Amino acid sequence: MPDPIAPEEATSQVQAPFESWGRYPTYGAKLLPLHWQSDFPALTADLHNGALPVGMGRSYGDVCLLKDGNLLVTTAMNRLIDFDAETGLLTAEAGVTLAQILDFAVPRGFFLPVTPGTKYVTLGGAIANDIHGKNHHSAGTFGRHIAQFELVRSDGSRMICSPTENSEFYSATIGGLGLTGVITWATLRLKPIVSRKIDYEGIQFHGIDEFLDLTNQAHDIEYTVSWVDVTSTGRNFARGVFMQGDHSTKKDDLKPSPKPKLVFPFEAPGFALNALTVSLFNTAFFHKQIHKRAVALQDYEPFFYPLDKVLRWNRMYGKRGLLQFQYVIPWEHAKEGTVAILHEVAKSGLASFLAVLKAFGDVPSPGMMSFPKPGITLALDFPIKPDKSFPLFQRLADMTLEFGGRLYPAKDAAMTAPQFQAFYPQWQHFAQYRDPLLTSSFWERVTQNS
Amino acid sequence: MSTTPQATTPPRKILVLGATSGIAEATCRIWAFQGASLFLVARNAEKLAAVAADLKTRGASYVDTAVADLDDTEQHPALLAHAVNSLTGMDIAYLAHGVLGDQAEAERDFNTAAQILHTNFVAPVSLLTWLANFCVQRRAGTLAVISSVAGDRGRKSNYLYGSSKAGLSAFLGGLRNRVDREGVTVLTIKPGPVKTAMTANMPKSEKFADVESVAESIVSAIDKRKDILYVPFQWQPIMFIIRNIPERIFKKLNL
Repeated sequence: MPDPIAPEEATSQVQAPFESWGRYPTYGAKLLPLHWQSDFPALTADLHNGALPVGMGRSYGDVCLLKDGNLLVTTAMNRLIDFDAETGLLTAEAGVTLAQILDFAVPRGFFLPVTPGTKYVTLGGAIANDIHGKNHHSAGTFGRHIAQFELVRSDGSRMICSPTENSEFYSATIGGLGLTGVITWATLRLKPIVSRKIDYEGIQFHGIDEFLDLTNQAHDIEYTVSWVDVTSTGRNFARGVFMQGDHSTKKDDLKPSPKPKLVFPFEAPGFALNALTVSLFNTAFFHKQIHKRAVALQDYEPFFYPLDKVLRWNRMYGKRGLLQFQYVIPWEHAKEGTVAILHEVAKSGLASFLAVLKAFGDVPSPGMMSFPKPGITLALDFPIKPDKSFPLFQRLADMTLEFGGRLYPAKDAAMTAPQFQAFYPQWQHFAQYRDPLLTSSFWERVTQNS
Repeated sequence: MSTTPQATTPPRKILVLGATSGIAEATCRIWAFQGASLFLVARNAEKLAAVAADLKTRGASYVDTAVADLDDTEQHPALLAHAVNSLTGMDIAYLAHGVLGDQAEAERDFNTAAQILHTNFVAPVSLLTWLANFCVQRRAGTLAVISSVAGDRGRKSNYLYGSSKAGLSAFLGGLRNRVDREGVTVLTIKPGPVKTAMTANMPKSEKFADVESVAESIVSAIDKRKDILYVPFQWQPIMFIIRNIPERIFKKLNL
């Protein structure tokens, strides 16, 4: 396994930088933009060293990277194909971003069926990672709302995939990390809204028991998510804010969103994020909400995409980048596992901003390799510190495994091949559907030695 | 603002030549959002159909297309007559087709050079002759034409492309001088390097201008009836300096 603490330098083959959102690892690759649905496999006919379709590069680790290979950048393939205002079915090329879909759909009274914490991901990337959002307990994953898509293989064959047509490839491609072929277009089921606003309520909690109580009480609320302080111990252990909301049913202006203007202007120095600054941030966030309960009618932008306001906020973590860690632990061990992992993180002193805690529902994912399953999920990030971050990560991954959980490939840069193969025992079945030309640094990493 | 729908005015009728070029497509998306009627011409039927479906979905009032190789100047009068007939008129003609060409090959082979001049200069002159006369007859209309900053001064790295665009810019200046008094607007658009399919393989293309912001500037310049648009605007002072470097110095530079 390559030494995770000393990522290889970008090689001379690099044509333009392509980073994942964690900015770790950094690999050189050749960028091949796909502008038209016919560009693949036409543009890759002479390639022998592997290729990977990529979108906005918002996954954190190396599922969107291919060392010394070819990245097929799909973002210029962003045309809309058809929209049915009766059914809300939108067909679009796979490089369209969720932000572009919202710009189109919101003024027409429609919204994404599932949205992650950033709108700067492509439709194809959302399928390939079978992303989830704050409504997982009611809506399931993004893939559940994909009626059909076209998959193009490197041999030039094209197939329409749906739950009833080429259903094996449908299932392998949803959550298939871009390895089964290039998705050229997809049909997404949008849902109607009458307002941009969210009826929001924020509730402070202390400890996992209170979090679970709030989760049970919020069963009929569409969106729930919690921020949890992973730096505090003792009386403040696992304190947090439970955030819930529904689309407002009161008719309101459906204007498009303004464009973001703030860009994080520079790479912060390595010492900017330390135990003290992060602990101050976490305390400030907790007390920003003065009362135990706060209600508001809030625009969907700050509710779903609080970080999108500042473009390139990942620079805050400096040159070394950040490491994400997201597990799901099934209900059987969800509580004890979460408490144990939160203790381990607090003990390590490796500060984390914005740890996000949520209960996944039992709506099944259509994807063969989808990450979510019923239980508790926790996502946290920490700045990369040589000697410390990776050993902690390995301990947390091993604990996740012990509690019967698994990690999210889209947020991973460090799990080992044995860990991955234990988390996803179906991986060899999935591998039968992989396109022989396509691979990723993630896939190379987690399938070696077997 | 240029991107708000103009619900009160009837949809504008816009003819787009070279509609599958990156800049043209981005511009058309703004017009589609405004509800314009569009007639699109391009060479590749499959790409043209993809662009037409996108613009229709985004809200264009009317979209019609024709597949044509614009190098074939003999077809121009029939093609243009068909287009204005389909649109039942024409408020704006937008010429966006062109090729970068292979400079090195053009230095060796005159036929390659002649082909670049034909596509980027001769064919637009043919189109604009018909279109200008159509507009003059109606004493209305805007002719918006994509030239290039590369036409402002010949440089060794791309002087075939540059000279084709220099010829086009000079033609547009003369045409404007003739038709302005007839109520017809001519806009010369001079983009700097833009991130599109045409430039995807050029080094440092990630630093080029975003095609969406270039398109917004073009729509706004048409609405304001501007004469010449440098886009992004920084290219206006840059090209002023480049035009004014004395030739005895300029000839030694590597540009």
